[in-house]
Amino acid sequence: MTQAPPAAVDTAGVLGRPVDRVDGTAKTSGAVRFSTDYPYPDLAHAALVCATVARGRIISIDTAAATALPGVLAVLTHENAPTMNPPRAVTLLDLSTMAASSTVNVLNTDEVHWDGQPVAVAVATSPEAAAEAAALVRVDYQASPSAVDFDAALPDAVEQKNSMLAPAGGSKGDAERALAEAAVSVDLRFTTPGHNHNALEPHGTTAAWVGDELTVHDGTQSIEWTRRHLAHRFGVPVSNVRVIAPFVGGGFGGKARVWPGTVLAVLAARATGRPVRLLLTREAVYRTVGGRTPSVQRVALGATASGRLTALVHTSTTLTGRAGGSPEQVVSQSRHLYAAKHMLLRQSQVTLDLLPNTSMRAPGEAIGTYALEAAIDELAHRLDLDPVELRLRNEPERDPLDGKRFSHRRLRAALEVGAARFGWAGRSPDPRSMRDGRWLVGWGVAAAYHPSWQLPAALTLRLSADGSVVLRSALHEMGMGTATAQAQIVAHELGVPFESVRVEHGDSALPSGPPAGGSAQTASLAAAVLSVCAELRGAVHALARRSGSPLGRRPLAGLAARDGGLFGPDGGETYVEVLTRAGRAHLDASVGGGSRLRRFADQARFMTRLALDGRRWVRAASGAHFCEVRVDPDTGEVRVSRWVGVFDIGTVVNAKTAASQLRGGIVMGLGLALGEHTLVDPRTGRIMNANLSEYHVPVHADVPELDVSFLDDPDPTMPLGVLGAGEVGITGVGGAVANAVFHATGRRVYDLPITLDKLL
Amino acid sequence: MVEIRMRVNGAEVSAELEARVSLLDALRVRLGVTGPKKGCDQGACGACTVLVDGRRILSCLALAVQYDGSEVTTIEGVDHPLQAAFVRHDGFQCGYCTPGQICSAIGMLAEHAAGAPSAATEHVAGAPALTRTEIRERMSGNLCRCGAYNGIVAAIEEVAP
Repeated sequence: MTQAPPAAVDTAGVLGRPVDRVDGTAKTSGAVRFSTDYPYPDLAHAALVCATVARGRIISIDTAAATALPGVLAVLTHENAPTMNPPRAVTLLDLSTMAASSTVNVLNTDEVHWDGQPVAVAVATSPEAAAEAAALVRVDYQASPSAVDFDAALPDAVEQKNSMLAPAGGSKGDAERALAEAAVSVDLRFTTPGHNHNALEPHGTTAAWVGDELTVHDGTQSIEWTRRHLAHRFGVPVSNVRVIAPFVGGGFGGKARVWPGTVLAVLAARATGRPVRLLLTREAVYRTVGGRTPSVQRVALGATASGRLTALVHTSTTLTGRAGGSPEQVVSQSRHLYAAKHMLLRQSQVTLDLLPNTSMRAPGEAIGTYALEAAIDELAHRLDLDPVELRLRNEPERDPLDGKRFSHRRLRAALEVGAARFGWAGRSPDPRSMRDGRWLVGWGVAAAYHPSWQLPAALTLRLSADGSVVLRSALHEMGMGTATAQAQIVAHELGVPFESVRVEHGDSALPSGPPAGGSAQTASLAAAVLSVCAELRGAVHALARRSGSPLGRRPLAGLAARDGGLFGPDGGETYVEVLTRAGRAHLDASVGGGSRLRRFADQARFMTRLALDGRRWVRAASGAHFCEVRVDPDTGEVRVSRWVGVFDIGTVVNAKTAASQLRGGIVMGLGLALGEHTLVDPRTGRIMNANLSEYHVPVHADVPELDVSFLDDPDPTMPLGVLGAGEVGITGVGGAVANAVFHATGRRVYDLPITLDKLL
Repeated sequence: MVEIRMRVNGAEVSAELEARVSLLDALRVRLGVTGPKKGCDQGACGACTVLVDGRRILSCLALAVQYDGSEVTTIEGVDHPLQAAFVRHDGFQCGYCTPGQICSAIGMLAEHAAGAPSAATEHVAGAPALTRTEIRERMSGNLCRCGAYNGIVAAIEEVAP
């Protein structure tokens, strides 16, 4: 095993341990409730009507037949819907403004900005009546000229600007000239299609108003953002809105922003005066929630005959919606991965009349690493050099683009350990040279890379006289095992048994957690947990001093948290003893949150640290994928038969859930490599395969045993050394599969997904 | 409206339903049994899998009125070693597909025990061994977008006779 012992003093032995999830029994018995599992008396059900033109105006909307159906309570359109405030413009001074998924005030406008934009909502006493009513709404449009064809729009691409949150472009030296002069070079064009998150739980909301107070059960990755967004849209104080989301059925970026379904459930509840449940159909998820942009990428590499990179060019063009979207950082990893002398990195964008694109697991890097790593593989092939060796020869000491220091860098170790685990030395270098019976066998390698982030988080901690500890924060649990990992950190920091720590989460009535995105939740919370545990230890010590405990005579710095209390070399006391002596039922500590002023201060501190950190360090999770595929020479069928992934995610808090996150990233990467493709009709802008039958996500039979391990080396600049595990797993997977397919067949596929027609 | 009676997780229940109501919506909306999940409502994801008279079915593609007089078991009524095995092997992340995966696995094990072949079975005449390949093939109607497939297969393998 590659797992080293954790560097921190681990008195409770709990940090890193593969403990079972705290919600495991609830999730395997049907006891957990998702956003549309909550019962309400008089619950009404809603269904959406989506626009069938890409751009235009509604001329008339006929709801008579729909309204006349038995059980129908209301059919809301722009003609009769209550007024809402338009979404706020995004500003870095208030990150919650990023909740707005588009600029469109749906049902408060007759304008249509994409095919699929909701134009009406039917509300009824049953889901069947709501769906039937929605199907009976007749809408006439005045269509305007629209641009929906990505390929046709490529010549109109404009440069995508960098921002503090999204640096990506850049250059060093004269890359084009170095490319032209290189001894060996490749200059390749790659294309990747749109993708959809397809969390198994469709976006769902249950909304209930009592007067001006709103309770919303919503599958969201951003409880606090959602709360602030809804308060603004409906013109009520933030304190009047409660968002409850203890369990979310997968998100992957698709539930980070507030999409129309959430707003319309709240609107329907307000208009009808009844609690309303709106679970989007799978088709409506595709049509009203953005996905990953398609891309066109150029990767050009120049090298010396001995395989030293002299030139690295990576450019990309992606799309965004005219009514919103998020810029995709496709070339971001190419700033950091290889020590090229001359570099040119540039990103461009086209704007189309399509649903706003949005973040999907490793936005940018998931598809950027496919192109970069396939190009590196092609260069290795032309150099007649092993692709692992080529990567090792170009492993940089400092950031290749601007010379900044890496906070730490273990990619070399990941490649070497991975190669050993996989048995890479047994690879026959020539394409089409390995077989198993009739199957062509290929082995491929690729690097994984994803930047690490940390966001502000608030939480409270309560230590009770019975020795139990409760951590409270509106953190998100959508499968990462957040509550489990944070309970482990608390147990470690206070030196108490893991079983004595309980985590309350997923409710805006709790102190606000960070949004679950950018692989940042665990590290962000860890920082706050370290700080609140330190505060609590201080409070215990102060209480001990005041109440005459022998502990009070020893300086706090000389005491360690272990065995359920604070102990020095010559003894100490348990928390239970301290609290009992003092006659206290419990002790509380908190970090973050509080007043508007304090929130603003936290935000300012966050932006300052982000800027300073960005100047000082390059910080990322990384790894190496090794993949074996079998290709049927007659049908072109590709089967992934073996996988080894070795990752540097800094400190591993829970070896079981971290491995699952990384495996999950790899599985989604297998989909990206071999099957996933959101098909948009280039004439109409309508998604043609808006379902799980024709959009191919990996199934059981597509996924072999995935051998995942960690270097478990704390990052010295991150809280507890945690770098984040949610996204790095998917990066590089497309490259590893494409490279293995090339090795098996001699055919390199430049256009994802690698379907069998491209191999025949 | 049609009146139906079923046993759901051991309890006698009755409901007045329109004929168009799916078994999934009858359970979730009419009877408040929310363990079975709606992931696609088109029979493509398996999240709604329940056991009817011991067989696994997709409750979103079933009309409730067809199951008048049936014995329906949802995740809430399951008491099986698979549940603990799923926890031990981390055979889930978000938990949304889990009720369907577990019900499906129970039905699948019964199908296998009865000698039913699958598309992965080499020789349909004999009783196929429950290899990982067989488990994966037989469970491929249950999607897990979090990608917990390794853990699910390990859990089933551990519990299979």
